[in-house]
Amino acid sequence: MKRRQLLATAALGLSMAFGGAALAQDKTKACFVYVGPIGDGGWTFQHHQGALDVQKTFGDKVEIAWQENVPEGADAERVLTQMALGGCDIIFTTSFGYMDATNAVAKKFPNVKFEHATGFKREAPNVSTYNARFYEGRAVQGHIAGKMTKSNKIGYIGSFPIPEVVMGINSYYLHAKKVNPDVELSVVWAFTWFDPAKEADAAKALIDQGVDVIASHTDSTAPLAEAAKTGGKVIGFGQASDMADYKPSPRVSSIIDNWGPYYVKRVGALLDGTYAQADAWEGIAGGEVLIGEITDAIPADVKAEAEALRDSIGAGTYHPFTGPINKQDGSPWLAEGATAPDGDLLGMNFYVEGISGEIPK
Amino acid sequence: MFGSIDPALLISALMVASVPILLAAIGELVVERAGVLNLGVEGMMIMGAICGFITAVESGSPALGFIGGAAGGAILSLLFALLTQVMQANQVASGLALTLFGLGLSSLLGQGYVGIKPPLTGSVPFGPLADIPFFGKVLFSHDPFVYLSVAIVAAVWAFLKFTRGGLILRAVGESHDAAHALGYKVQRIRLLAILFGGAMAGLGGAYLSLVRVPQWVDGITAGAGWIALAIVVFASWRPWRALLGAWLFGGITQLQLNLQAAQVPIPVEYLSMSPYLITILVLVVMSSGRGRASLNAPACLGQNFHAAR
Repeated sequence: MKRRQLLATAALGLSMAFGGAALAQDKTKACFVYVGPIGDGGWTFQHHQGALDVQKTFGDKVEIAWQENVPEGADAERVLTQMALGGCDIIFTTSFGYMDATNAVAKKFPNVKFEHATGFKREAPNVSTYNARFYEGRAVQGHIAGKMTKSNKIGYIGSFPIPEVVMGINSYYLHAKKVNPDVELSVVWAFTWFDPAKEADAAKALIDQGVDVIASHTDSTAPLAEAAKTGGKVIGFGQASDMADYKPSPRVSSIIDNWGPYYVKRVGALLDGTYAQADAWEGIAGGEVLIGEITDAIPADVKAEAEALRDSIGAGTYHPFTGPINKQDGSPWLAEGATAPDGDLLGMNFYVEGISGEIPK
Repeated sequence: MFGSIDPALLISALMVASVPILLAAIGELVVERAGVLNLGVEGMMIMGAICGFITAVESGSPALGFIGGAAGGAILSLLFALLTQVMQANQVASGLALTLFGLGLSSLLGQGYVGIKPPLTGSVPFGPLADIPFFGKVLFSHDPFVYLSVAIVAAVWAFLKFTRGGLILRAVGESHDAAHALGYKVQRIRLLAILFGGAMAGLGGAYLSLVRVPQWVDGITAGAGWIALAIVVFASWRPWRALLGAWLFGGITQLQLNLQAAQVPIPVEYLSMSPYLITILVLVVMSSGRGRASLNAPACLGQNFHAAR
C-alpha cells in the first residue's frame, strides 16, 4: 500500500513537472525552467505567459513543458539534464543564476538548443542568450516621476546592486531630472528579489521620508499596496507584470516583460530550420518591453509626453543614455550627443552625476 | 541626528512591522516552555497567511480572516502534535517537515488567490488622542492587532507567572517525569500548548497577508518564522523580553531601510546582521559559566515523553 502510494505520488509529480507531456517525438518540444512559482504575479508569471504564447501560435506542432521553483545551482543542472533526456528540443532557462548549469548541460547535449535569459556566457554553439532593455521603460517612468512629484523626492527600491538594476536607477533619475531639475532620488536596497513584507517596509520607509513617487525593481506588488494605503498621495509603477489591480492609482503605469514574441520567434526558427545562435537584447522596439497603460491619474499633457518618449525610444530616434552624462564623481562618461555602448551598460557599476549615496559593494 | 528620520514615524513603523514575528514568537515561547521544540513556525505562519486570506476574501470580513488564519495554523500544528506526542517522532525532524509541508500546501491552496486584494482592516478610532504630538502617532494610530499582540504578551506573562495552569505548563517543560508522577497529563498539556503556538503563528501569518502586505503571494513569510524562533532564544523564554526582541528585530530592519532612504552613509550589511549578533551575544553572556539553568531554557526542551517509559 505504502509503496503504491509512493509510486503514485512520484508519477503525479513527474507528470506535473513536465506538464502532462506525452512522449510524442514528431512534435517539437519547448521546455521552460522557472526560478519562482508561476503565481508570483511578476517575473516567472510573465515568462509563463510567453510559453503559453508559443503554444497558442504553433498549436499542434509544438508541445510545451515547464518546471517551477527550480533552485539555482546543482538542482538546475539535474532538471536540465532530465529535460534534455526527456525529449526537449529547445530549453529556455529563465533566471540569471542558471548560467553555468545551462552551459554545462548544453555541452553534453549538442542537439538540444538552450536559451538563457539575462546571461552572457555562450560557451557552446547551442547556447543563446536573451535579455530585454528594461532601462528604456525606466526612462518613461522617470519622466512621469519628475513631472508628478510634489515633494521633489522620488524613490527606487533596488533588489541587488547589479548592472541591470543600476542601469534602471540611472535611467529613471536622468529622465526625472530632465523635466524637474530639483528632483532628489532616494534608493533603498532590499537585497532580495522577492520578500513582500520587506518590500512593503522599504516602500513605507521611503514614504515616511516624504517620497511620493516610488519605482521598484523587486518582484511583488507589495510596494504598490503600501502606496495604496496613503490614499492617493503616493504613486508607483507596475514592475515585470502590469499589476493592473492597482489601477488607476497608485499604479499609474508599468513595465511589462513581454517574452512572447521572442519565444515565438525562436521556436518558429527552430521549426523552419533557420535557427542560429544569438545574443538578443531587444527593448521597446522589439516588443519585449511594453509600457503598461498610463492611467488617468496622470494629467493628459504628461501622459502625451511620456507616450512620445516611449515612441521615440521605440522608433530608435532617442537613446535613454545620450550624452552629455557625467559619472557621480563628476568625471565625464558620455560626450555631447554620444549614446551609451551596450558594453558600458552591461557592466554598469556607477551612479550618474546628481544621485547621492553609494552603490553597496 | 539621523537626517530627516522622524522618530515618531520610525517607532510607529517598527511596532507594525514586528507584529507578525511577535505573535509567532509568543506562541512558540509557550510551546517551548511546555518542553516542545516546534521548528515548524514558518510553515504554520504561512498556512495562517493563506487560510486567513482565503477566509477574508470569501467572507469579506477581515475579522473572520484572522480567525481563519489562527485556525489554519492550529490545524497544521495538530499534525505536528500527532507526530511528536502520539507517534513519538523526533521533534526537530517533524518541525522541519512541518515547515516544508506548510510552504508547499499554502502554495497549492493559494493558486487561485494571486493578485486579489483582501478587505482592509482599519485603524482603531482613537479620535482626538491620535492628534497628540509624538505620542498620538506612536501609540494611537494603529490597527487593532498591534494592541492585541501586546495584550497577548501581557496575558501570556500573567498566565505563566501567576496562574496554576501556568505553573503546570512550566512543570511539564522542566520535568515531565515529575509532572507525570503528580498526575498531570503531560501529552494533553503539550498538545494544548502546541495548538496555542500554531494559532499564534497562524495569526501572525494572517497579519502579514491581510494587513502588512496585504495580498497573497507564494512564500509571503520569507523567513519570518525563523526570526521568531531566534527571538524566543533571545528572550530566554520570557514574554516581555520576547516583545523587546521583536521590536529590536523589527526596529533594526525599519531603521536600516529608513537610513537608506534618508541617505545616511551607514553600510546596510552591519545593520542587517546586528540583531543576530546581539542574539549570539546574549546567548554567550547568559550561558557563561553558570550552565544551562541560567539560560532559563526549559530542562525537557525537545524531549519526547511517554508514560510507559
